Amino acid sequence: MELNEKSVKKLKEDFPIFKNNPGLVYLDNAATSQRPSIVIRALVDFYEKENANASRGVYTLAEKATERYAEARKVVANFIGANPNEIIFTRNATEGLNLLSYTLTSIIPQGKNEILLTEMEHHSNLVPWKQLAKSEGFKLKFVKVKNDFTLDMDDLKEKLTEKTAIVSVTHVSNVLGTINPVEEISRLGKEKGALVIIDGAQSAPSLKTDVKKIACDFFVFSSHKILGPGGIGVLYGRIELLEKMKPFNFGGGMIKKVTLSETEFTSPPERFEAGTQNIAEAIALAESIKYLEKIGLDNIHDWEIELVNYALKKLKEIEGIEIYGPSENKVGIISFNLKDIHPHDVASLLNDSGIAIRAGHHCAMPLMNRLGVVGTCRASFYIYNTLEDVDALVEALKKVMEKFGK
Amino acid sequence: MNHTEIPDDMYREHILELYKSPSNFGELEKANHEATEHNTICGDEITVQLLTENEIVKEAKFSGSGCVISMVASSLLTDKIKGMKISEVLKLNQKDILKLMGIKVTPARIKCALLPLEAAKRALE
Repeated sequence: MELNEKSVKKLKEDFPIFKNNPGLVYLDNAATSQRPSIVIRALVDFYEKENANASRGVYTLAEKATERYAEARKVVANFIGANPNEIIFTRNATEGLNLLSYTLTSIIPQGKNEILLTEMEHHSNLVPWKQLAKSEGFKLKFVKVKNDFTLDMDDLKEKLTEKTAIVSVTHVSNVLGTINPVEEISRLGKEKGALVIIDGAQSAPSLKTDVKKIACDFFVFSSHKILGPGGIGVLYGRIELLEKMKPFNFGGGMIKKVTLSETEFTSPPERFEAGTQNIAEAIALAESIKYLEKIGLDNIHDWEIELVNYALKKLKEIEGIEIYGPSENKVGIISFNLKDIHPHDVASLLNDSGIAIRAGHHCAMPLMNRLGVVGTCRASFYIYNTLEDVDALVEALKKVMEKFGK
Repeated sequence: MNHTEIPDDMYREHILELYKSPSNFGELEKANHEATEHNTICGDEITVQLLTENEIVKEAKFSGSGCVISMVASSLLTDKIKGMKISEVLKLNQKDILKLMGIKVTPARIKCALLPLEAAKRALE
């Protein structure tokens, strides 16, 4: 379905939040998306009609829950071009990265002791590795961000060595909207024998993902940013690797056999899903994916680009605005600052006009240092945003400037 | 809802005026108490420097960068505590700060308003 001002307004009716908050201009989609009623209903339906624990009971209801959970895993696998046994349900993208930081040491070859990240990582793809570096003696290296807000690939090539154990890079920057060349990064990483992890939290919402084409070893994303429920996320791992990795959590549902002296673990993906899973959430996530696929990821990205280009054109008319982001290869995220006005003041004043944007460091403090700012304002678009929303943003920003006598 | 209307609950005239020319911004030549507080949401930093004599605050200045709310709160607080007993300063709370500011502060911004008080208290403890 092609997205345009008219079709988007129609599609917006699928989202109850806008009925319940008339006039809301929601431009904080990089933080979390809104949910269509079909996803909300999937949660309620499961609890009202089908609730039972999956993978355990032998009665009809439990068998049904098991089946629905397995179906959801298939939908997710298909969404990113993986096999179902390569899909591990986590709590969110952050937990996926934490899982890896706890378990990868079991498959890293001797002599490799470096982890390569970038200056544009979200804290979720930074802090777990800093902890690992501290506890296991890994050395962290960071690929520089160029003045055009893209990754310095020459710097990456220089910093990638035979000693690199892990390369973990965000697919899309949550601040700049930059799309990183993940296929090239994966290829370069593999050439040096490193494990390649892609943080897809910001790319999964609007870029068609094919993990086999990217050829990464691991890929993580969150459900709540792609119209799905909170509390569930996805970790993709190449099956050959998952089979060699030690579990992250221990408990029920992840064992083959337990005696008082020994425990034998089951195969992936169950090995990494100890305890009762988020069954309803997995089913609802599958609904959100079907909803997105019906519209088409390419159509979604095209609309984001139309919104972002329209916004950039209009924002540049505001005197004293500074915009942080690349001119191409980006998603619907714009970071900016108004001259000498603190981002939080801008966000508070926009809130008075019913406009929700994010302000602050966006959990990317090293990137803020690189940009030489304490924080930025960030407007991020998704499928229900209209050109009118952009107009409202620009008008309100002009009022903010007036308010501060600029 | 009118998109372009900006009601000025937090950003009233007196607040914006004070933001443009705050009192006590800078550093003390002689200070015997000092502390810096960070706002974890935005990364802002406010440093409060104090000079005390006989358990009384004689001089107070603040430095750093921040939003309207934290800068104005810093200005008002440093004015307020000059001449106060240390024990009284330590008793100041959120209500006192909001009363000083004379505005409603939304929940997400309370931390901004309290930043200088937290710094002052830590400096004196």
